Amino acid sequence: MTTQMMTGQTEPVAQLGQVSHRFGKVKALEDLTLVLPAGRMIGLIGPDGVGKSTLMGLIAGAKRLQQGTVRTLGGSMADARHRTAIGGRIAYMPQGLGRNLYHDLSLRENLEFFGKLFGLGRAERATRIDRLTRATGLHPFLDRPAGKLSGGMKQKLGLCSALIHDPDFLLLDEPTTGVDPLSRRQFWDLIDAIRADRPQMSVLVSTAYMEEAARFDHLVAMNAGRVLAEASPADLMVQTETTSIGAAYVALLQADNDMAPNDSPTADAFASATDPVVPAEQPTAPPPPEEPAIRARDLTRRFGDFTAVDKVNFDIARGEIFGFLGSNGCGKTTTMKMLTGLLPATEGEAWIFGSPVDAQDPQARRRVGFMSQAFSLYGELSVRENLLLHARLFHLGRARTDQRMLDLVPRFELEEHLDQRADTLPLGLRQRLSLAVAVIHEPEILILDEPTSGVDPQARDDFWKLLLDLSRNDRVTIFVSTHFMDEAMRCDRISLMHAGKVLVTDRPDAIIASRQAPSLEEAFIAYISAEIPPEPASAAVLASTSDSDGNASGFSLRRLLAYTTREAMQVRRDPVRLAFAFLGTAMLLLIMSFGISQEVRNMPFAALDQDHSPESRAYLSTFEDSHWFLTRAPILDPTALKQRMASGELTLAFQIPPGFGADLRRGIGAEVAALIDGADTTRAGTVESYVQGNHASVVANAGGAAPALAMLAQANPEPVQLISRFRYNPAMESLPSIGPSIPPLLLLLFPAILMAVSVAREKEIGTITNFYVTPTGRAEFLIGKQLVYIGITLLNFAILTALVVLALGVPLRGDPLVLLLAALLYSVAATGFGLLVSIMSSTQVTAVFASTILSVMPTLQFSGMMTPVSSLEGPARILGNLWPTTWYMAVSVGTFTKGLGLADLSGALMRLAVFGPVFTGLAILTLRKQEK
Amino acid sequence: MRRVENIFWLVGKELKSVLGDPVMVILILWSFVAAVMLEASGAGDTVRNAAIAVVDEDRSPLTRQIEAALIPPWFQVPVAMTADQAGAAMDRGEIMFALAFPPDFAADAIAGKSPVAQLLADATAVSQAQLGADYIRNIVQSEARAFLTGNPDGPTPQLRLELRRAFNPNGNPVWFKAMSSLLNQLSLLTIALTGAAMLREREHGTIEHLMVMPLTPVEVALSKVLATMVVVLVAFIGSLLFVVQGVLQVPVAGSAPLLVAGAAVYLWAAAAIGMLLGTLARSMAQFALLVIMVIIPVIMLSGGMGAVESQPDLVQKLTLALPSRHFLAFAKAVAFRGAGMSTVWPQLLLMAGLGVAFFTASLALFRRSMSLSS
Repeated sequence: MTTQMMTGQTEPVAQLGQVSHRFGKVKALEDLTLVLPAGRMIGLIGPDGVGKSTLMGLIAGAKRLQQGTVRTLGGSMADARHRTAIGGRIAYMPQGLGRNLYHDLSLRENLEFFGKLFGLGRAERATRIDRLTRATGLHPFLDRPAGKLSGGMKQKLGLCSALIHDPDFLLLDEPTTGVDPLSRRQFWDLIDAIRADRPQMSVLVSTAYMEEAARFDHLVAMNAGRVLAEASPADLMVQTETTSIGAAYVALLQADNDMAPNDSPTADAFASATDPVVPAEQPTAPPPPEEPAIRARDLTRRFGDFTAVDKVNFDIARGEIFGFLGSNGCGKTTTMKMLTGLLPATEGEAWIFGSPVDAQDPQARRRVGFMSQAFSLYGELSVRENLLLHARLFHLGRARTDQRMLDLVPRFELEEHLDQRADTLPLGLRQRLSLAVAVIHEPEILILDEPTSGVDPQARDDFWKLLLDLSRNDRVTIFVSTHFMDEAMRCDRISLMHAGKVLVTDRPDAIIASRQAPSLEEAFIAYISAEIPPEPASAAVLASTSDSDGNASGFSLRRLLAYTTREAMQVRRDPVRLAFAFLGTAMLLLIMSFGISQEVRNMPFAALDQDHSPESRAYLSTFEDSHWFLTRAPILDPTALKQRMASGELTLAFQIPPGFGADLRRGIGAEVAALIDGADTTRAGTVESYVQGNHASVVANAGGAAPALAMLAQANPEPVQLISRFRYNPAMESLPSIGPSIPPLLLLLFPAILMAVSVAREKEIGTITNFYVTPTGRAEFLIGKQLVYIGITLLNFAILTALVVLALGVPLRGDPLVLLLAALLYSVAATGFGLLVSIMSSTQVTAVFASTILSVMPTLQFSGMMTPVSSLEGPARILGNLWPTTWYMAVSVGTFTKGLGLADLSGALMRLAVFGPVFTGLAILTLRKQEK
Repeated sequence: MRRVENIFWLVGKELKSVLGDPVMVILILWSFVAAVMLEASGAGDTVRNAAIAVVDEDRSPLTRQIEAALIPPWFQVPVAMTADQAGAAMDRGEIMFALAFPPDFAADAIAGKSPVAQLLADATAVSQAQLGADYIRNIVQSEARAFLTGNPDGPTPQLRLELRRAFNPNGNPVWFKAMSSLLNQLSLLTIALTGAAMLREREHGTIEHLMVMPLTPVEVALSKVLATMVVVLVAFIGSLLFVVQGVLQVPVAGSAPLLVAGAAVYLWAAAAIGMLLGTLARSMAQFALLVIMVIIPVIMLSGGMGAVESQPDLVQKLTLALPSRHFLAFAKAVAFRGAGMSTVWPQLLLMAGLGVAFFTASLALFRRSMSLSS
């Protein structure tokens, strides 16, 4: 069996046996068995949430197999060695526009990075990038950041990245969702050209556009984690006796649902909805002349030197459904935001029911309902809570809220899901909920930004029925943007937008007629083509001339450094973050060094002198002359003493009893009472020692400072003397001791957080997929990124050290090389800790919280900064010894203040050296090479 | 009235968000239970477990008696060393003090020659060195007196000093540490929670949703501040009752309700700082760096790790802008000195005022950040 599969053309590119996959309680795939023939273009069709992406992720090895068997390119994907071996033969483009691209990097930098991941040499990369970008027409934009490309261009770049290593198996997850018709067409032409050139390459594509599915060799229709049918597009239509793939799919779905009865729409209704030529509902008669619901005049918005919206004009009548079409990034969303008052217009003006859009007027917002592109309700709240929250914020009142809930919940078919968390709903349902929320206050205008993007045909049809109902029956004006031509056909009028400009506004049939096009799509392509110069798409030269050694397994320094270079470029592109890191630490060093003082100076004190003798005044004057104490107004009576101590005004109070001087003169001896504010124990201890010291010196130097006290000259002095010498810091200044102990704090907290956010960000944005599906090893990925932050930390170390020496004037007495070595070890430890935290956290918020909360306390409190670790008690002391700051602190203070070298500090250095490898090693072990 | 209603519902939403996230709940519990206990119970006296070496060139009963008096918990058992060894050990940070007795120390003392012992202290930790040296001098002199006269106190001096500590007579370091640690946790959590709530709303795009509703930025911002205040205040009260007063046995001299009210005022100021950082930052990474830049001075310059009065004048003026400084002054007064409203109203007023200032600044930035986020 295996031998047969390994030979000949008949070997399938992927085989799945009884695969099940679940996310928590939600089942994504259920007992799915499927064989995908090689050398074909296979389409995966089905609504959102049926498990298409999960299936692709499993085949590509990006997701971890839970149950069943998956064989890709002749080996089991459960086997890590096989995954590594074929990593270089697979190319996987995840769902979402440019989701695996680095938006802050240029096209060239993106492609260079992917080339390096697959082990291509410099010359090889250059020729391939040149060839691919010329073939896709991206060549003129090589230096543009990927984030500034239009949706279509992003997808082409994604394709170039996927093709850079000549894969044998190309997986494209919804590559054309959110892309304008022209770009979509170009994209498929490109794929066809590539396949013509490399017929042995297998392609697996998933798509939500049923029209596109007709181009594929073989279709797999999916629903609810199962395969409904698989056949060629023609066979599928024959089997279901339908004329379009969309209708065929609905028929399959219906047949499936008949077994489990459900209230799905009839195939006829859907067929009419997807029919591209005949509008489902005839537009109403031309609206009567009245004040337009929405009016825009020369509406313009610029971001810097980029004009997002350029002099847009339109009038939308009450009750009209107005469609807004155009590619991603053409300015649709920006226009909508200006109409809602979210964004101020740079120029021009917009009116809602004749009054100018005023962002500051909350009452005007009651008339408008808005639904933004992404799902923007509160995922952590239930369906009911989301609806009620919005009803309450619009102050509908209890009775009306109840009535609206009774009306909307059945109408939007939300009954069964009322208590479900919103983020667990499938996309179609979420969109219904979003719309329900947007209309809960019965607005007169609805502004909907791509409400059906990524939603399956049936759910879209349901959605549009709701819109038509609102428009025709409730006379709600609807301003909606969409990518779908069938939806555009259901609008009364549409505008086509391109690069910030409105190209045409008219009824859909009039637009078709104006270009004598067979369909709206063709008409739009004609309009957009007229706007942009034709692209020199010469796909014939796409195929590579040399065979790359794509299956580079084992550790690769080049890949590791590819991650380093990329991370470094990304960090450089965010100067604000770097400025925070460098200027922030420098500023903190100065403030903290001068601000924290271990000396106790200017302690406010006052005396209740009940004696007023020369002796009592002489005694007190010795305290008044000291710079440690600051004299306040005398205390008048014992009550005042209590009060002034309680208010915190006084840190120290003396009480000298009546007869003090007389008793001293008579030689009976006298007593002074001193009361210290003991609230702050550390300070109280120091004050106590100062008072005792001062008192002792008064007694010892009797008469020296205060002639009135000459009688105190001791008869028998102390039998032994003790002379104290304070080493390393004889003047007992704070700065030489505090200055070198601040950098250890900063060099841990800042790198740890930068590092933690860096990995969590990749997880959140989705670029971590590049790690999942390329031959990158875990160590290559993590250490590659870590190197950048180690570099930043060392640079920061240099700045801080220079500041300590030059600005604080603390000389570096010891061996600078030892300090540098310690800084290197410490930076590995700090970034290693960041790595470990970020791998445990799934979002940036968690990474930030966990890294700050876990690191601030041991770093500031238990590292010997104010209290030597040996003076700590219990768990705090253990934690202090297990925290790298403690040991770097020892080296920093040792080299700066004590002037020590390698021999004296080797113990601390050795301990310090353990942390980095342990943290980093744990991070590498914990990191999963596959998604759950 | 409508505003109050709006804020009420929004606060409810925020509370559900925070408490619905198990990671956040765990981190809050960690901060107010484990972290406070760790930090407070970790507090020893300033001089504690100090490592000391003795260079005894006399080896007399007197020097042995002095060595035996250097006892835990203040000092570790003294280690005998030569002068060179002691110097090297201090370099490596193994010992903090080295006490050296010259030959014939005891004989000279008996002969009334007043011999001199030398003490070497590692002054990289200034307060420990100073206090420790004082302790050691007292020990050496009283042991010498006891050895020579049998009376460790020596003859009664003419002028006696009676020193007492008010408010914490035994100088138990846990009391103050518990309070300052509680303040640190309050500050860190409040600032981070409020700011993150703001950023998360922006990153998920839900803020736009709120801004197209009849809500004003004040209501949106205020609801986040209030929600954080509610969560953290509840945690604070719990920590005060069960951890600080319960487990750590720290007595509260003044009125506990006043202490809680003051905490609420402080939370307002801290949450306003968080809101300001949340509107200032454009990404989570920037926010995290800003939080660290703010939290270090908040923790280290508010008086918890060194008295405010000892700061240079310029820094003292700067730290006036730290609400944490006023809160610590307030908390010390109420919790330990038993002060009442008549004493602490200036701190309360200052904290509230700072909160208003930060909150106003964050509102001004709110609109700006809205237009930049697109």
